[in-house]
Amino acid sequence: MPAVALKKQFESLLGGHLDWQSRPSPECVPSGVPELDAATGGLPRGCLTEIFGPASSGRTSLLLSILAQATHREDVCALIDAEDAFHPTSAAAAGVHLDRLLWVRSSNNAEHALKAADLLIHGGGFGMVVLDLGDIPPAIARRISLTSWFRLRRAVENSPTVLISLARQSNAKTCATLQLECVRERALWSGALHSSRLLRAISARATSTHRSKTCSPVFTATAL
Amino acid sequence: MFACLHGNGPLTSKPVGQRSASQGAHTPTPAVYPPHRRVDASVCPTVLASLTALAFEFSPTVEQTAPHTVTFDASGLDRLFGLPQDVAAALARRVSELQVKANIAIAANPDAAICAARGFSAPSIIPYGDEAKFLALLPVALLSPSPELQETLDRWGIRRFQDLAALPPLGIAERLGPEGLRLRELARGEVVRKLLPLQDPLRFEDEIELDDPVELLEPLAFILARLVNGLATSLATRALATNELRLQLKLENRTTHERTLRLPVPTLDTKAFLKLLQLDLEAHPPTAPVLHVWMAMNPVKPQAAQIGLFVPATPEPVKLELTIARLKAIVGPDRVGSPALLDTHRPDAFRIEPTFRGGASASLPSVRLSLRLFRPPRAAQVALAAGHPSFVTAGAIRGKILDLAGPWRTSGDWWTADPWLRDEWDIALTGGALYRLFCDPRGWFVDGSYD
Repeated sequence: MPAVALKKQFESLLGGHLDWQSRPSPECVPSGVPELDAATGGLPRGCLTEIFGPASSGRTSLLLSILAQATHREDVCALIDAEDAFHPTSAAAAGVHLDRLLWVRSSNNAEHALKAADLLIHGGGFGMVVLDLGDIPPAIARRISLTSWFRLRRAVENSPTVLISLARQSNAKTCATLQLECVRERALWSGALHSSRLLRAISARATSTHRSKTCSPVFTATAL
Repeated sequence: MFACLHGNGPLTSKPVGQRSASQGAHTPTPAVYPPHRRVDASVCPTVLASLTALAFEFSPTVEQTAPHTVTFDASGLDRLFGLPQDVAAALARRVSELQVKANIAIAANPDAAICAARGFSAPSIIPYGDEAKFLALLPVALLSPSPELQETLDRWGIRRFQDLAALPPLGIAERLGPEGLRLRELARGEVVRKLLPLQDPLRFEDEIELDDPVELLEPLAFILARLVNGLATSLATRALATNELRLQLKLENRTTHERTLRLPVPTLDTKAFLKLLQLDLEAHPPTAPVLHVWMAMNPVKPQAAQIGLFVPATPEPVKLELTIARLKAIVGPDRVGSPALLDTHRPDAFRIEPTFRGGASASLPSVRLSLRLFRPPRAAQVALAAGHPSFVTAGAIRGKILDLAGPWRTSGDWWTADPWLRDEWDIALTGGALYRLFCDPRGWFVDGSYD
């Protein structure tokens, strides 16, 4: 009996058409921004999520919120800091449990950062691995080949790890399952200039360009 | 076959418990008996330690019978040395080499050997079945009976082993009880018992003397693998694991290169140990070719923990240690770890802790505005207007200041040799980017960007 006939017979027994090709949708974890979670469903495990945007676009605030959620779930997280720009005080204020975070300080060396990410993903057991390329110039970031991103994506597949890349611009392209582009909306100040002026917050928009998760929720990162 | 060593003290000092010469060479020495009952504080501990070590040279089953008596199982020594006389001669030779005075006795049962060693200063070899005849002339006091029993035996005129051995067992049982019967059996040399062996202190060490000095790490890795595998097998046979590995390399320039690897959990993963050793030696290479390799593992009980079904997965400790070692090899030894804040207001004050700790979960705040630091801070040129910054240039960061908040004056540690003082501004430039600007005695700097 041909395979097609067998398939039809099997489907008729089960009572309907079955999708044999698509994989089950991955488990998603919350980002800490309710608007974003409502729109995208959260950050998928076993996939690459890319967060990008210019300086002061709220991408680091969003990242620390995601890390805070992950460490709150008692996941062990790793942050590969290609620019050595991580500010532990800001992270602690954002709710990140620093004792559940492995901080790898790769001083302005994207190649080392990629190697470190590969090691950490293959080491296993991490709930979240963040590759923070920060404000590395686009010329250097573009030197990371698409093959390297594909390799990282393959490494994280079938694992419960959320892989996040943060950069000034999109680098992983199609290798990323979810792309969030952060754009600064406005900075919120209070008080009179030169007397009691305070930086209160920045308002940012996180735009998801994924075909099935198109959204652009606005979130506010408040200062201490 | 059992052998007994009864120490009299070191050769160089006055022997402990030695009788005067007038009492004759074969006059027995009063001793503590039965074993493990009393401790003689006057016993030289080095003599006992020497005798114990000597006994372990001959047998793995050694009993510290009394503070100056060591008994061991000598079965099978005849295959190495020949006749019992040869075994006794070998023992006597080692005793003299150790500079101690000790009586030596060999018998078919341990108690006969102990009595003979305590009773005769010359090496004694008691043939099987002749124990009673051999011990016949020894005084009953050697068996250390209780004072009441000693008095009774004295009244009866029982002074030597042969007198006690000749008494009928039924009569002794009726008149002297179980202790009397036990003494009679000892006097006849008929007691058969097992030794209470000392536990040999567990040492997991191994070493290799190299014929030729080894310069490269790769050939050294093969030698290390041999040592690691051997020690891990020894640990595994005793159901133990290790959490610390010590390595000593004797070098050609007559120095010693020492490294210690510690793991957060006990393990026997030899591959992980070898990789960790390799990474450690690559990071801290020896200064000269290696002549001698010594390795030791700290024995500990293996960790057995049940992981909960609903507990989030965490990295396997040994694997994590290996990953961290590899990361350190890539980015530097002090650039990997868990950040911990210091109890100070000094900007960017933190320390890197090598291992994770399990922290308690607290409630989560909403999204906070975060700072991305520039390490080191970027030196800036700042134009002032009315006492406030109006234009900033710091490399690629350049622009007119559209909005600002500050200055926020902070200082601290003025009571130490390393004080700090700075005025901070939060600024918004023409592009819309937000930065933290500060001024300290060294000049103006951009500390980081709000992101």
